[in-house]
Amino acid sequence: MGKWTRRAFIGAGVLVGGGLVIGVTGAALAPVRHGLRDEDAENIGQLTTWILITPDNAVTVLIPHCEMGQGAQTALAMMAAEEMDADWANVRVKEAPATDEYANAYIVRAFVNDVPGPFERGFDYGTYRLARWFGLQVTGGSMSVRGTGHHGMRVAGAAAREMLVAAAAKTFGVSAGECTVANSRVTHAASNRSATFGELAKAATQESVPTHPALKDPKSYTLRRKPQQRIDLRSKVDGSAIYGIDYTMPGLLHAAVEIAPVIGGKLVSVDTSAAEKMPGVKKVVQLEEAVAVVADSYWRARTALASLKPQFDDAGHGAVSSASIAEAFDKAIGAAPEMPAAATVIKADYTVPFLPHATMEPMACTARVNGDRAEIWAGTQDPLNARKTAADALGISPENVQYTNLALGGGFGRKLPGNLDFVGMSARIAKAASPAPVKMIWSRETDMQHGYYRPAGMSRFAGALDASGRPVAITSLYAGGGDGESTFMPYAIDDMKHSARDAKHPVRTGPWRSVLNSQHGFFKESFIDEMAHAAKKDPFAFRRDLMTDQPRFKAVLERLAAMANWGSPLPPREGRGIAICESFGSIVGEIAHVSVSPEGVLKVKEVCAVADCGDVVNTDTAAAQLEGGVMFGLSAALLGAVTIKDGKVEQTNFYDFRTMILRDAPTVRVDFVISGAHPGGLGEPGVPPIAAAVTNAIFAATGIRVRELPIKNAKLAATT
Amino acid sequence: MARMAITLTVNGQARSLDVEPDTPLLWAIRDTLGLTGTKFGCGVAACGACTVHINGKAERSCSIPVSAIGGASIITIEGLAAGGKLNAVQQAWLDQQVPQCGYCQSGMIMAVSALLAEKPHATDAEVDHAITNICRCGTFARIRKAIQTLAADQGGGA
Repeated sequence: MGKWTRRAFIGAGVLVGGGLVIGVTGAALAPVRHGLRDEDAENIGQLTTWILITPDNAVTVLIPHCEMGQGAQTALAMMAAEEMDADWANVRVKEAPATDEYANAYIVRAFVNDVPGPFERGFDYGTYRLARWFGLQVTGGSMSVRGTGHHGMRVAGAAAREMLVAAAAKTFGVSAGECTVANSRVTHAASNRSATFGELAKAATQESVPTHPALKDPKSYTLRRKPQQRIDLRSKVDGSAIYGIDYTMPGLLHAAVEIAPVIGGKLVSVDTSAAEKMPGVKKVVQLEEAVAVVADSYWRARTALASLKPQFDDAGHGAVSSASIAEAFDKAIGAAPEMPAAATVIKADYTVPFLPHATMEPMACTARVNGDRAEIWAGTQDPLNARKTAADALGISPENVQYTNLALGGGFGRKLPGNLDFVGMSARIAKAASPAPVKMIWSRETDMQHGYYRPAGMSRFAGALDASGRPVAITSLYAGGGDGESTFMPYAIDDMKHSARDAKHPVRTGPWRSVLNSQHGFFKESFIDEMAHAAKKDPFAFRRDLMTDQPRFKAVLERLAAMANWGSPLPPREGRGIAICESFGSIVGEIAHVSVSPEGVLKVKEVCAVADCGDVVNTDTAAAQLEGGVMFGLSAALLGAVTIKDGKVEQTNFYDFRTMILRDAPTVRVDFVISGAHPGGLGEPGVPPIAAAVTNAIFAATGIRVRELPIKNAKLAATT
Repeated sequence: MARMAITLTVNGQARSLDVEPDTPLLWAIRDTLGLTGTKFGCGVAACGACTVHINGKAERSCSIPVSAIGGASIITIEGLAAGGKLNAVQQAWLDQQVPQCGYCQSGMIMAVSALLAEKPHATDAEVDHAITNICRCGTFARIRKAIQTLAADQGGGA
């Protein structure tokens, strides 16, 4: 592992009953943390305290990230427990409350790996300020493990261990170096004495807090790099997990909403007189962009809402359509890029549609407003930002909003900062019904039509090959978003250029699992495949031979090819396709094996995926994240599209926005390259390669090149 | 539509409700009876998140009015584990670490439990036909494995 060059403050304090609490927080917090050795346990929850060691020998890890299925809470607790040598059976996890002290500055820090020494302090302060500025407590960017875990949990665990060992050494009257730790017990073998963490917790609070605790050599890991059961799963098989939509309390009212159907539209008028007399209806609330019915049950609210005939304007967007947006992209990009004189020049355009997150749990939020104070309950990816969103919607201070985060029924980016419109809306409805608590639930139709969609995009490529079939130039011009990471190609080609073109449209867009990489993974790995075929080379060998400067990419690609038995014979109309992308610090390669019937029916039979994410914490959840990324990306590649007509989203529900179900799902096999590189994320990097892996496989099977997603619109039948 | 008193048999207990007869079973279960393990996903029987057992058969409760239930026995996800012991499908879900966000899994488990009760050794083709629930996290590979393990073992467990 790399050298530990982090500047942070490690603090310790005393819990009621004599326990030890240890925390790690950003350097800029240090000035207020020096006096942390505080007997007042009332403050414990207000500190950046991450690990609590109590006399009952339990280790409780406070996690500043939500659990939305990625297993991050389990992985983070494992990272802390590993450094402590804690008994995993006695480790508990609690999600940290939404207070400023948990703003995870580290998530910004972890976006940049190698900060030059002299800038280290300034950088940390700057990122800390940035994190505070945005009020970030984000779970996104595949960040939990590589940010909070790598920079925070490991350090807190190691510091706790040193303090417990020091306390044991003092108790035994021996030197710390003679003590060993295993399963939450410190042992001095020579004198046959030992004590549990719980027994030592109180004494440990008197030990000085190490500033640079020694981190374990990964070779001595006993807990990490092994499969561990997720702590939250029992509640997800017996129905007891409480998601945002499940929250309830005495006197709860329910709200159903209808939002202006055209993008950006506003409510013009609505006759509420009849609905207000319907059974159970408490109030019809007119918002700027929507109308809501508040009733004593959700079904009554929904029934009354359906009887309304609200009039909305179209905000001048009534003529916007998918076709008009595609035209704008095409115009903005203009002519295909110029290529140098070369033996072979190929050109191709690729397009991808808007995509909804379509989380299984539709947007839902409960709010109670009383004067200048409010309480909010929801499942979001950023509790601090949710609190601020509610405060802004109500025109009150965030300090006056108490926010409780609940389990998320899927996130995928929909519940990140900037996308928390539903939290603000819920607060505004509850204000109108104050002081009653109101749970607002969006219908699937509202959810589908009022998302922050994965941007549609288009990329126009040109490439040149010399007489030997070696690529000498690749240029792309794209519209719909992109950046240096998403357009990066790991190939040693002298002349590579990727340039953005701006084409404006009013459709709301936002981060969608893997963000810009989902579009560009398809674009770039389709084009390099086309170049391989133009060069009459094997697509795997063609890529590998261009990875002269990228040993990590090459190692992943070679492991992948061996795993998938690349090159072995297949029946007619079957094929394999390969693609590889780096995102969020991880390199993921995927091979899809498909069959296409003569009638054109596509079946994705198997996907192999290999990731180099540096190291792996929980091998089972790591594998689950890759599997899930493959499936999520595959569902979109095969079936997913949101289309716009007359300024409205055309799709309404799961019958016209189709997603993959069990019968469509391939076998997925995954493997990891443990390179020891700085940890990369895993929640998202499984997504970017899959679309191109499948379309490249379709080409191998049929000779048909699919350049427009979703694949369901392509004609794949054999020509007779 | 006026409210009416309705008695439902849910997880073996008779429960009285006072709701409009067109109220979908889903909302009666969630809001009136407070059993929130059964989820709302689409409202049109397209996703399966709301699946419960009605007389042992997997049904999508968002699209069945309470007036249509009569004296039928309803089992929800909360009623699967007898005396706190998970049923075989729930246990297989834990063994394979199937859930991610978990939101669709109540419905998945109910659908699979009903299928395996009827066909303990269901083939992949029978499973494909019967299990049409949507999962967005992408847990299908593990769902398949969990079902195959169950169908190969003692067969079902509902």
